[in-house]
Amino acid sequence: MDNGRIDRIIDKHQGDAGSLIQVLLEIQSENHWLPKEALERVSEKLQVPLTRIRHIATFYKAFSLVPKGRHEIHICMGTACHVRGAQRVLDTAQDVTGIKPGETDLDLKFSLETVNCVGCCALGPVMEVDGKTHGKMGPAKTADVLRNID
Amino acid sequence: MPLIHSTDELEKVRQEILSRRDPDRPCISICAGTGCLASGAGEVIAAFKTEIEKQGLQADVNTRETGCPGFCERGPLVVIYPEEICYLQVTPQDVPEIVSETIKEKRIVDRLVYVDPATGEKATIESDIPFYKHQERNIIGSNIRIDPKSIEDYLAIGGYSALAKVLSRMSTGEVLEEIKKSNLRGRGGGGFPTGRKWEESRNAPDKARYVIVNADEGDPGAFMDRALLEGNPHSILEGLTIGAYVVGARQGYIYVRQEYPLAVENVTIAIRQAEEHGLLGENILGSGFDFTVKVHKGAGAFVCGESSALMTALEGRAGEPRPKYIHTAVKGLWDRPSVLNNVETWANVPLIINNGADWFVQFGTERSKGTKIFSLVGKITNTGLVEVPMGITLRDVIYKIGGGIPGGKRFKAVQTGGPSGGCIPEELLGLEVGFDELAQAGSMMGSGGMIVMDEDTCMVDVARYFLDFLTDESCGKCVPCREGIRQMLKILANIAKGKGREGDIELLEELSEVACDASLCALGKTAPNPFLSTLKYFRDEYEAHIREKRCPALSCKELIAYHIDPEKCRACMICLKQCPAEAVTGGKNLIHVIDQEKCTKCATCFEVCPPRFGAVKKISGEPVPAPVPEEARMIVRESKQK
Amino acid sequence: MSEILLQIDGREVKAREGMTLLEVAQKAGISIPTLCHHEKLDPYGGCRLCTVEVEMRGWTKLVAACCYPVEKNLVVRTRSEKVDRIRKMILELLMAHAPDAIPLQELAKEYGADRDRFEKEASFCIHCGLCVRYCAEVKKKNAVGFIDRGTRREICFIPEIASRECWNCKECFPLCPTEALQAAYVLTLSFGQVQG
Repeated sequence: MDNGRIDRIIDKHQGDAGSLIQVLLEIQSENHWLPKEALERVSEKLQVPLTRIRHIATFYKAFSLVPKGRHEIHICMGTACHVRGAQRVLDTAQDVTGIKPGETDLDLKFSLETVNCVGCCALGPVMEVDGKTHGKMGPAKTADVLRNID
Repeated sequence: MPLIHSTDELEKVRQEILSRRDPDRPCISICAGTGCLASGAGEVIAAFKTEIEKQGLQADVNTRETGCPGFCERGPLVVIYPEEICYLQVTPQDVPEIVSETIKEKRIVDRLVYVDPATGEKATIESDIPFYKHQERNIIGSNIRIDPKSIEDYLAIGGYSALAKVLSRMSTGEVLEEIKKSNLRGRGGGGFPTGRKWEESRNAPDKARYVIVNADEGDPGAFMDRALLEGNPHSILEGLTIGAYVVGARQGYIYVRQEYPLAVENVTIAIRQAEEHGLLGENILGSGFDFTVKVHKGAGAFVCGESSALMTALEGRAGEPRPKYIHTAVKGLWDRPSVLNNVETWANVPLIINNGADWFVQFGTERSKGTKIFSLVGKITNTGLVEVPMGITLRDVIYKIGGGIPGGKRFKAVQTGGPSGGCIPEELLGLEVGFDELAQAGSMMGSGGMIVMDEDTCMVDVARYFLDFLTDESCGKCVPCREGIRQMLKILANIAKGKGREGDIELLEELSEVACDASLCALGKTAPNPFLSTLKYFRDEYEAHIREKRCPALSCKELIAYHIDPEKCRACMICLKQCPAEAVTGGKNLIHVIDQEKCTKCATCFEVCPPRFGAVKKISGEPVPAPVPEEARMIVRESKQK
Repeated sequence: MSEILLQIDGREVKAREGMTLLEVAQKAGISIPTLCHHEKLDPYGGCRLCTVEVEMRGWTKLVAACCYPVEKNLVVRTRSEKVDRIRKMILELLMAHAPDAIPLQELAKEYGADRDRFEKEASFCIHCGLCVRYCAEVKKKNAVGFIDRGTRREICFIPEIASRECWNCKECFPLCPTEALQAAYVLTLSFGQVQG
């Protein structure tokens, strides 16, 4: 991600240090991860210590300091999904992708994350792939959805 | 639409909108909330548009993409006005028929209406469906009547009339008195009286004040704030603006979690529309009152639902709570007086102003007034959002509205209040829902999650689940929370694995006491609740795990085993073929046996064994019966003998 | 600033408005144990070891003395059965990480804490944040910060800043109650060398 793009995002927020998290969220959303150079640029432009930026980038779940796969799988582990068998959906997703939550495969195809409730509790267990919600998941349906992604 | 300069002009605009609308003209409302979209509402909407065009009905019928009416379980939901005909689980294939039959011929498409699974009775009209019938839908009822992306729709149902009333005819003191009189208590968890909070801020010496919407709905299992912000964002803005007027704030924030993209989108559009119409910005409706609102996306941290942590996050830092010995109402965001209320609390404000506090207090109990939205989820027949008057019993919510437990299972407990709450057992189902009543039972209202659990849910596992959630979500700043939860989780995980020891319960109780008494913020202070409440009502389950290494709910993987009853096995090969671990041996006419070494306890065999055989057994706390001897494994089928 | 009268452990004590309970107690020579407090730094309220009992209009509550602003007529008890029980548990929890830290051992003796009560997870850092806050608030260098959250929280140096600033400063070292800090610093430098 080049500095020009980062500067544009910062300018959009009028260079206000209070909007640091919003700036980082936009970089994350455009670039899918936060490279070290991007953090340094933000630190310099917003005059915020790098320690604070790193704390934020590791404190909030939306950020990643490593590159993400092309497809982001989020398995909801909220209570409603949990009591309806979210663990089995997660187990299946791990089997199919060969990675554990928090990991990305070597081909950069999939990143797997667990999330705490996406607010689709009525459809639990829920899996999100690239922002699309799949409801009422079971092991077979999970495998089916994931195997059909290139 | 032009800038509106006065309250009179607002009324004119409203009349003008209504004059363009024919209440008798058919309108197809399709829920476009996150739940229904996940069930395919997007395709249904597209199909309606195509079909209406194809049948040349563009001039005769409207379509409207609305917010969530609550019955997510049966989505995509379609309601056809003016008759209020409600169709459930609509697919794009159903659309041509709905248009030709219901819109053109005014005939009902029978297979799409609600059928009561208990009585077989049909309900065509939305309000006749038992799920809706027993609710009191003051707040969420508007969701299905408006397109959340249309300010005109909101104005058409009387939107911003409360703001107009406040700005033109009420002093700030009068508004405050009305809110105090209504006894509105915070819907986000603690139940702090809203009027008192506003007053505290208003009386704080610092003149730069803020009002904030807490839409960081983090309690797993709760999604009413998402539905309100997605479905009726202007009502939240209207409530917030009234609050700002009372406390004297010129800047407001909406802190909404980025996991809710549709809520972010809809509220951002609503702010822009309100600004364009002079309902936000400078000199609102010519009153001289200035107020602007910014959206701040939460980046994913449960602890940011706590007021001081949320404010720290708004300042652009890691969301760690701060000591609140001085209330955030006095010293909050940037150390300035800040009123933080939850989405649902703000949504109540315009209703109270429009209808009066006397109207509001007719709902509810002595100390908990009004209605409350709950998300009724888990092992329950009708899942979704329900709005009920405070004081309704848990039994009525779960059985009358929720339709009871599916699959012939037995109710075990209902979890309320999220990770800070607790589990309420069957013997307390008569409990009236209210802030104090739930707290007395060892749980809390929280933001309104109600997760129903049946006999298959292990209460030790529930406690373990929440502690696991909290080890990840604690900010890690203070010792009793960070280290206390870490140790509690270790002990609970061991108990669930059958490695519990005598004294574990006492140690857990001791750790709970320290976390409750000495933690910095509410997250730590309430973290032991899921453990304490399950221990209070289900102590025998803890003891069975520890002493007998038995999981009474047959749920904890390490403590259960599957085996095949040789008397019942018909050697049908189904479980043998489907076992992912290849742990089932046997063959045609050869009774199947599970190899306990290979079994991963995934339950596949248990689920696929045909109910008429019911040969796969789940056991806990007893040895697995020895496999049937080789010579007795052959099944000789009578029909073939002849 | 107006003067406030309050009672700590049965003694009448004078305080100025805006002072914390801990400051007032220290001024009066009443000792309250702390691990994350430092007079040059803003109150933090992380270790909770300074938890005391306060009584106000018949209500008793437990508060962190380092953050609690004094109020008139407050009745404070710096020791009680409950307070001691909390401190003992906090020490036991911390000793799972830093069993050999001298300040912890001394306090453990006072409160009867068992250093082996919890399974050892020797990470040495007790997250008092003294190094992080001193570097930020006093030195304004921000060479060391927190990362992550919950039970995964850690302190971490920024190698580029640390290699430039720390060698001639090291003022945070003596603040560290467990010597975890030196370990983190040395690790960072050696990591920097490997990379550089």
